Amino acid sequence: MRYAETGYNLEIDLTRGNIERVETDPRDTALYLGGLGTSAKLLWDRVPPGVEPFSPDNLLIFATGLLCGTPATGCNRTIVSTISPQTELMAFSMMGGFLAPELKYAGYDKVILRGKSPDLVYLWIKDDKVEIRDAAHLKGKGAVETATLIRQELKEPKAQVAAIGMAGENKVYFASIEQGRSSASRGGIGAVMGDKGVKAIVVRGTKDVNIARPAEFMELCNEVMQYIKFRNENPIAGVMPILAGLGSPQEMKVHDEKWHTENFMWGNSRVRRKDFWNDEIAREWMETLDSMRTRLISCYNCPMTCGATISPPGLPTYMMKCFSKLTYTMAAFSDLEFGLGIAQSATEYGVDGFSAPQVMAFALELYENGILTDDDFPGMPSDNEGRFYWLLDKIVRREGIGDVLANGTYWAARQIGNGAEAYAHNNIKKHEQLPLKLSMLNPIYFLMYATGEKMNITQIEGQFPQAPFPKREQREAFVKDWFQVPDEKFKQYFLDWELRGEKSIPYYPTPEMCCDIVDWQERMHYIDDALGMCAGLSSFPLKPPYHIHNYPKFIASGAGIDMDEDKLTQAAKRYRTLVRANNIRRGMRRKDEKPPKNHWKKRFPELEEKLLDTYYQFKGWNKQGIPTQAALHELGLDYVFEDFEKRGIYSEPVDVPSTATSAEKGKEVQS
Amino acid sequence: MTGEKTKKIIKTIRIDADKCNGCRACEVICSAFHATPKYSSNNPERSRIRVVRHPLKDIYVPVYAGEHAPAECMGRDKYVIDGKEYDECAFCRASCPSRDIFKEPDSGLPLKCDMCEGEDEPLCIKWCVNDALILEEREEEVEEVAEREELEIGLASLANKHGLQQIIDTIARMSMAK
Repeated sequence: MRYAETGYNLEIDLTRGNIERVETDPRDTALYLGGLGTSAKLLWDRVPPGVEPFSPDNLLIFATGLLCGTPATGCNRTIVSTISPQTELMAFSMMGGFLAPELKYAGYDKVILRGKSPDLVYLWIKDDKVEIRDAAHLKGKGAVETATLIRQELKEPKAQVAAIGMAGENKVYFASIEQGRSSASRGGIGAVMGDKGVKAIVVRGTKDVNIARPAEFMELCNEVMQYIKFRNENPIAGVMPILAGLGSPQEMKVHDEKWHTENFMWGNSRVRRKDFWNDEIAREWMETLDSMRTRLISCYNCPMTCGATISPPGLPTYMMKCFSKLTYTMAAFSDLEFGLGIAQSATEYGVDGFSAPQVMAFALELYENGILTDDDFPGMPSDNEGRFYWLLDKIVRREGIGDVLANGTYWAARQIGNGAEAYAHNNIKKHEQLPLKLSMLNPIYFLMYATGEKMNITQIEGQFPQAPFPKREQREAFVKDWFQVPDEKFKQYFLDWELRGEKSIPYYPTPEMCCDIVDWQERMHYIDDALGMCAGLSSFPLKPPYHIHNYPKFIASGAGIDMDEDKLTQAAKRYRTLVRANNIRRGMRRKDEKPPKNHWKKRFPELEEKLLDTYYQFKGWNKQGIPTQAALHELGLDYVFEDFEKRGIYSEPVDVPSTATSAEKGKEVQS
Repeated sequence: MTGEKTKKIIKTIRIDADKCNGCRACEVICSAFHATPKYSSNNPERSRIRVVRHPLKDIYVPVYAGEHAPAECMGRDKYVIDGKEYDECAFCRASCPSRDIFKEPDSGLPLKCDMCEGEDEPLCIKWCVNDALILEEREEEVEEVAEREELEIGLASLANKHGLQQIIDTIARMSMAK
């Protein structure tokens, strides 16, 4: 008997319409846990570097985390992985909501899609019955609308639906997959779903998920619940309110947006408005949110209410979470009413709430600077807000200039040429980043931005405070009940960290300390992504209920896998390295690992090189960021070494091959 | 006819549907608690509490499994409350043939809430951090009524209909005829 996991994957060949239920190897679970871990292994085994994102041979994997469907609070995430059309690297984007547990109850750990359906279809999974059904009537429908229509036609109000909107159907490089109150948005995985001809995955499950050692497991669950209540009542002192509590940043609850609106950039990540927030705006925005927000809502088995149902006047209701509240508003220099309104269209179309607004602001910046002209925008309204609606519509339909913009700022800029590249200034690995531009280089963040393969800083940062506390007493108070640290040394790092002087950024924490800190933060995110745990209760907030000390016990008692902190750390390192191996094989090298040039005003090239050198070495990667033979051997990944050897990856001249590859790709898009 | 007045502790659950966040933790813990062995599995389909939820219509109604109803009832009405339309069934606790909730998924046998016997409080309440479910114990004064016999109940209803005097007259006439 398998515990926590079901032991079965659903393999669907869309080209042939073939459906198979395949038993998985429990040894893979012990090595790679589940979710992201086992998906990274599948992509390694079955998607070699020659496979293009829109090839029928690319896989699109919907994976549940190892502990999804167990009573572990907040463990509800679906990890979707594939090769991204935007970055051409391995993309893995997570969504909360209700799909993953439902899939477990239906009896599957993963749904693995390959091939391409000749017609638009949706998958209907009800326990042992799995059907590929016609979706011609759903073509062009919104993602939320699609979910409602499918539930009605199947007469299954309790079915969970993950769907794409028009953006996914038209292969927009930043198309999302929408589900429940959540979405898997980053990396354009919705475009791959559209390319495969799959409009939606619909699941209803009525089976049991088993626990290996129930009494022990429930005790852990109860401890977590108690700690959540404790943390809800005891927010962390000394940090801004959105970082003080658990869950995603509580954007649906808070009215005070002074910090975001005055510290994040407006437009195409350009303008900082230092005196933006005032009483009148505060009142207006509060009225807007209060009038449109119907209810604060949660994902499956989680009390955190990070999301909300939003009903803009005259528009259908949709569900929202987190920072998409402000991304459209700030990209358009507008107000909250506009932001919540256009997000309704964006959710139905199914686009990423970070990339989409930035792409539109980028287009208008090119227009203002004469690189794009009136000819490129026939019929575009003259008012700013109208332009955003117009652009969004063109992008998701891939009409006119929208067809170019639909490839994201990196590829669009290359296609437009004429100096447009300088305007695609906020990307890492071809992917749009948070609109943040700061002053002094932060060495911890430098490493996270540079080496992160989750592509989004919020999915890398978390356990260590973002900035030092001004006073030593405050720091002492903070470390007092900081039991989540993997090692006591982290407390000392933080205690000694000062705002100014010798022990301040960029030279403190030292590169060695930064390695420890970044590695810890990253490790927790990767563990979450294999277990299916929401980062909001684990790797993202300070002092979370799930941490390196109780996770091994959850895995051991839940899944019946022999586990301790060292083994868990090793497993996370194993599949984290496998993610990198997938990307190395696709051409990613040191030259790709850099934050945007203007991310910080004050840069320190020598220090940055040293940071990267030190971190690569710490991780067991060579100067090019390629995992070494020794590191791979230690992780039991000798097969990766053999593959690298065969491909001549270790012996290639520095930089040359991958530059050639990306130049070629650029041509391909232009043709 | 008047019986003794006694005090009883009545355990009830106060369901504040306005506070429900739709997370279904109640379903998770209920089905885990009632698994054999306890907590060895979970499956909301076996839960004795279900959240009737339509997020886009802002409908969230946690409802507990009550008595089994062997046949469908006449309830097909709609209730509109605060502009939201609810099926009558949303508020019904019965395991009945007209819907699929409150039945064991494999055997189809009806499920019924037992307030988590042996626990301090029903676990759904403990796991509802947002307080949509609150245990209320109230003391009620209950009049202990002596049980009446079947005949007496029948006669009382006849008396209700025809008047007591007419019943007496009829009985007198009947006894004379014998």
